[in-house]
Amino acid sequence: MRRLAVLAALVSALLPATSLVTARAVVAAPDGVIRVGSKSFTESYLLAEMVAQVVEQVGEARAERRVGLGGTGLTQRALESGAIDVYPEYTGTITRVILKEPALRTEEEIRARLEPRRLTMSASLGFANTYALAVREEEAQRLGLRTIGDLGRHPDLTAAFTSGFIEREDGWPGLRARYGIGLARVEVMEHALAYRAVASGQVDVMDVFSTDGQLERLRLRLLEDERHFFPDYAAVLLARREMTVRYPRTWARLREVLEGRLDAARMARLNAMADLDGRPVAEVAATFLAGREPEPGGGGRGRALLAEIAGLTRDHLLLVLVSVGAAVLLGIPMGVMAARYRRAGQLELSVIAMLQTVPALALLMFMIPLFGIGKGPALVALSLYALLPVARNTYAGLIAIDPTLLEIAWVLRLGRARRLLRVELPLAAIAIMAGVKTAVVTTVGTATLAAFIGGGGYGTLIVRGLALDDTVTILAGAAPAALMALAFHALFELLDRVVIPRGLRSGG
Amino acid sequence: MIALREVTKRFGSTVALAGVSLEAPPGATHVLLGSSGSGKSTVLRLILGLATADSGSVTVDGVPVDASSRDRLVARMGYVVQDGGLYPHLTARDNVALAADAPGWPRARVDARVAELAGMAGLDGATLGRYPRELSGGQRQRVGLMRALLLDPPILLLDEPLGALDPIVRAELQDQLGQLFAALAKTVVLVTHDIREAARLGHTITLMTGGRVVQHGTFADLVERPATPFVRQFLTAQTLDAPAAPAR
Repeated sequence: MRRLAVLAALVSALLPATSLVTARAVVAAPDGVIRVGSKSFTESYLLAEMVAQVVEQVGEARAERRVGLGGTGLTQRALESGAIDVYPEYTGTITRVILKEPALRTEEEIRARLEPRRLTMSASLGFANTYALAVREEEAQRLGLRTIGDLGRHPDLTAAFTSGFIEREDGWPGLRARYGIGLARVEVMEHALAYRAVASGQVDVMDVFSTDGQLERLRLRLLEDERHFFPDYAAVLLARREMTVRYPRTWARLREVLEGRLDAARMARLNAMADLDGRPVAEVAATFLAGREPEPGGGGRGRALLAEIAGLTRDHLLLVLVSVGAAVLLGIPMGVMAARYRRAGQLELSVIAMLQTVPALALLMFMIPLFGIGKGPALVALSLYALLPVARNTYAGLIAIDPTLLEIAWVLRLGRARRLLRVELPLAAIAIMAGVKTAVVTTVGTATLAAFIGGGGYGTLIVRGLALDDTVTILAGAAPAALMALAFHALFELLDRVVIPRGLRSGG
Repeated sequence: MIALREVTKRFGSTVALAGVSLEAPPGATHVLLGSSGSGKSTVLRLILGLATADSGSVTVDGVPVDASSRDRLVARMGYVVQDGGLYPHLTARDNVALAADAPGWPRARVDARVAELAGMAGLDGATLGRYPRELSGGQRQRVGLMRALLLDPPILLLDEPLGALDPIVRAELQDQLGQLFAALAKTVVLVTHDIREAARLGHTITLMTGGRVVQHGTFADLVERPATPFVRQFLTAQTLDAPAAPAR
């Protein structure tokens, strides 16, 4: 938390103006819009899409999807700040992570505790998605694994757990203590990857959710939790009270359509459709809401994906151009300052370099408490990230200028500003352009992470593809990003001809 | 009149000037002669106000060169360095015109003056449109000289102006510079290590070594009445190097 506070102070010192711009993202949704959030796994996407479609059917408000947020911390803050109005959550997570009162049992108790936070929740949607441990069916038979306690007889087994499961008290640490078991090796792995690792026999045990679509298809066995360690994770809708009061018909309809309507088997089937059959989330949600089983096949998926990529391209371009633009506007003056006041400059450049050492994803996460979720915080984080190459190269270009040329500028009595514009910046143009080029190309890549905090762009497809374990969707996001990086590179080769003075260019 | 009185200057632990006194009379060409490290370039930098003396005084027409006066004084000086000191991102013409930036001359006046100087320097319009790296060493040097002369300053300071040129171009430019200095009647201080250049251009010569003045006088004084054995040694070493040297 302290590090966060330091960073917060730093960021607000660096970018006082941006906070004004992005503060808008934190305030409640404007009239007529219900912002539907989700976490970044299939079931959450599906339930959120059902909610969004119901909202649209009722017609009281427009639905805005802010899906694929990267974790409970994020969705909770987004909900409390009003960046989203409703999202699917699980009672176990609400009591443990959000309220931090694991003793709460009934829905009434939980709802009463949510009241002071101006939140409310629906009744159970009908299924519980509890944590569970899974192993391959044939391995379970071979080793005689039926319950979690049976793992105690095989301490040589290895596991792939999600980072949340490894850290949470209601995950691996608590489980290990309750059963008195240990494993030879525990790796941190995304769910989708862990399924592959287990299916291919690279690891033996993984944490799963009991409604995961893959369980049946990959022939995995859930180990029985005979000591009832895992708490109940009944699926519910968690919402801002304000929204339920403002749009009573919508909230009533949501409860009517979703409460108690989904049992575990049904949810697992819906998950499998999206995960394993590659059906679009919207289509799976619609078939459920229409009360029919989906028809086989899935034509038109390619076209839908193409249309989506077009939209995301605009998104992604916006992210890159705005953030690099801000980095240029800020980074060039910072580089100039660093070159002018060398000692303070070193400090300044170290601070920017330090920002660069924060992993991009972490930097994006740090933006949430400051600026909420969505494009605003993503732009701030990406701008900060692009700052270093621009400022550093400006500085390097300026200090590399032949001192004689600067002395002549003095003898010619050019003022500071004239000297900067007529002499220094043109002479540093090659280095500065190289910095901007680096910033653009890396930002195209880094911007794919913006999707984790609802910033949109190509990352939307990558995050969803990872959640759905769908390589095609991942590629649909990754390939255009690579192409865009190449395109920018080519564009900048052309731009060099405009920006870099002819006398400095090689060969011309 | 440019005058130094007992000037010392150190850069860190290196002594660049150890008690140098000299005078450059107005309207004449004064050459600072010496090998590299003799301190001759430091003298120019002190006159320009690019460096400050540790002790002693540097005056231009009686005004001490210091933080408060140097900006005013430098307006009266033109400065030429080795290889022209041109900005690679500007054409020859723009390099020259840059000198008119500070006084804010109107475009037409700049153009007229550039044309006048181009005639004097023997450069045509096409050459002036080129970038420095597209010019020969001699052309770059002429452009650097044009820039220094644009505002017609009464004082001209040149630091090894012909140092980067091959011998033939160098000899040719030496003659032209001599004629030019005579025609313009400016106070010229020229730094060089080349004894022939000093002989051809200098009304008076100051020979320096190790941050001290060894001898001050005309070229004839140095040849006929060398103050120390070093003077003779310096003259001989260079004239032996130069087959066409007239002093041989």
